Amino acid sequence: MSKDLTLEQPMGRVIVVTSGKGGVGKTTTSAAVGAELARRGHKTVVIDFDVGLRNLDMIMGCERRVVFDFINVIQGDAKLKQALIRDRRLENLAVLPTSQTRDKDALTRDGVAKVLEELRQEFDYIICDSPAGIERGAQMAMHFADEAIVVTNPEVSSVRDSDRVLGLLNSITERAGKTGAEPVKAQVLITRHDKARVDSGEMMTVEDVLEVLAVPLLGIIPESKAVLRASNLGVPVVLDDPSAAAAAYEDAVGRLIGEQIEMRIAADPRRGLLQRLFRRTV
Amino acid sequence: MFGFSFRPRKAASASTAKERLQILLAHERSGHGSARPDCLPQLQREILDVIRRHMQIGDEAIDIRMERGDELSSLEINIEFPGKLGVN
Repeated sequence: MSKDLTLEQPMGRVIVVTSGKGGVGKTTTSAAVGAELARRGHKTVVIDFDVGLRNLDMIMGCERRVVFDFINVIQGDAKLKQALIRDRRLENLAVLPTSQTRDKDALTRDGVAKVLEELRQEFDYIICDSPAGIERGAQMAMHFADEAIVVTNPEVSSVRDSDRVLGLLNSITERAGKTGAEPVKAQVLITRHDKARVDSGEMMTVEDVLEVLAVPLLGIIPESKAVLRASNLGVPVVLDDPSAAAAAYEDAVGRLIGEQIEMRIAADPRRGLLQRLFRRTV
Repeated sequence: MFGFSFRPRKAASASTAKERLQILLAHERSGHGSARPDCLPQLQREILDVIRRHMQIGDEAIDIRMERGDELSSLEINIEFPGKLGVN
């Protein structure tokens, strides 16, 4: 895509949410970023690449409505529009669930390419929720990406795995293989950031992580009770009650689409005794 | 106002989580419906075949939706016909 055309965005952008390590918040991030993009009016689809361990549907709250899946579409058993689940809260948002019963071999490069090509025609943003690891499923999720969100916890194994994933983004993706193509634009999203522990020296700082990984920072998502609550309810965290995590995802999405938003470390307000007595929530 | 709030406490989200899991896993473990990989594509093909015996419709004319529930699940099948129906 030529730089001059990016304003018009004639074709959807494919963004992979990846990490290497499991449990760092890829699916939470995919759901939150997808929902926030849609809320801002962009037609957005979120695709689950974790074949055999379907979970995006639960986090998005559409698990009871899955009929056909990504693999059915790749294998020609269903049309893409039959497999897309339209979100009931946001008209611009759709989910493409994966199969719970197949394995990663069902993802073929040509099949994925064809589905993504079709999605690029209809959607502004295509968010690929990668499985953990760096095997076939994760490689398929990143292969056609224009951009990458590398989800990282400020913790040694997560940072190490992120570094490995950044290496793969620069070597095995389609953009990496095409001469003259711009490389995948990778940005790190730090999740489960605990300011109190950073302040006391127990947790690496954002600067520490960035110094090691040497890629731009997309945002800092604080450790927040709102994330588990949203997952329990099947609501992307940005669509649930206001929280520090939701605000941080909103900022991150603003930056993702090119807004200049100052980096801040949000924290859920600690409610005082009076507030707790008067407004019992959660 | 002074005093405690008597608004009902919001249902704890954990119970919602448990309930959602129970419904979903009951469906997945039973091996019925969508847990069998080829059940719905095959159902779709068969429905199309039956309808084609009576009228002309395209491959994309069928739309299947499902809503899994606690006690009941529903399957909604919409079939679009081109223009006039080809039957009496």
